[in-house]
Amino acid sequence: MTSTPQQSERAVKAILGTKLGMTQVWDDAGRQLPVTVVQVGTNVVTQIRTVDKDGYSAVQLGFGQIDPRKVTQPLRVRADKAGVTPRRHAAEFRTSDAESYEVGQELTAETFEAGALVDVIGTTKGKGTAGVMKRHGFSGVGASHGAHRNHRKPGSIGGASTPSRVFKGLRMAGRMGHDRQTTQSLTIHAVDAEKGLVLITGAVPGPKGGLVVVRTAVKGA
Amino acid sequence: MQTLDSVDAGSLRSDIPSFRAGDTLKVHVKVIEGSRSRIQVFQGVVIARSGGGVRETFKIRKVSFGVGVERTFPLHSPTVDHIEVVTRGDVRRAKLYYLRKRHGKAAKIKERRETPAS
Repeated sequence: MTSTPQQSERAVKAILGTKLGMTQVWDDAGRQLPVTVVQVGTNVVTQIRTVDKDGYSAVQLGFGQIDPRKVTQPLRVRADKAGVTPRRHAAEFRTSDAESYEVGQELTAETFEAGALVDVIGTTKGKGTAGVMKRHGFSGVGASHGAHRNHRKPGSIGGASTPSRVFKGLRMAGRMGHDRQTTQSLTIHAVDAEKGLVLITGAVPGPKGGLVVVRTAVKGA
Repeated sequence: MQTLDSVDAGSLRSDIPSFRAGDTLKVHVKVIEGSRSRIQVFQGVVIARSGGGVRETFKIRKVSFGVGVERTFPLHSPTVDHIEVVTRGDVRRAKLYYLRKRHGKAAKIKERRETPAS
């Protein structure tokens, strides 16, 4: 699901793409802008969810090439139903105007126009096992004043005989990154329909080549 | 060949003369004051070029009223109206940061004599 429940009341646009990387451009005022380039190519509508049939109103999109030998049976059946070639990725977004889409319809970069506010959803880069300073922004322990080999440790993790346990959810070291993240309210700088590229000001989550969802912003406007 | 070269191609300028560290340039900079814009000239010695592609920048140093002034310009910036090469310098380094410690005659850069390409 790529939308919050409140969003099903609004007409939302969304498109799947691959993050190509970041570069810089200049705007009309001569200011330098950092932009992320997202290749959206063409998305295809694979299914329409309606309130009558599914209990909610949404559009399912397919994106990306896939080796025909790697297409599994469920994926093939779903694509056959929509009458399209199987795609690598699929995602749904909730929108009130789902009926205005039709199965098999192709969405391109022109879904969005320059200046539109969007949220970008992606999976952040995995950082592996990380300590509390990197993972949760703890301050660590002093560098000197008798600190003994505990410069990057968390310090106390709670009381002793009361409560004689560690509280659930206490922030500790562990796997960091590779989380789904939404970066809100970014601006579309430009759209290149010919090459299927969308230029978004600022950074978006994930590594180069990662899958991202570009969606109408929840906040603002 | 980088992935985003085709995106950057749109921002690249083709009207930039070739210059290197040691050359003296006149950089004509667009200055916007309120609603009108005018051209200001910044003349000095190129002490460094760094970066590549659309991110390339160059550093100009001049001594203004006894005070050293350095400005970094993005090479492909639209705020640079045009660049004029005044003299070619004869230097052996790509970065001339040593000029910061020198004054007067010691900070002078020899002019390069154009020699026929061997």
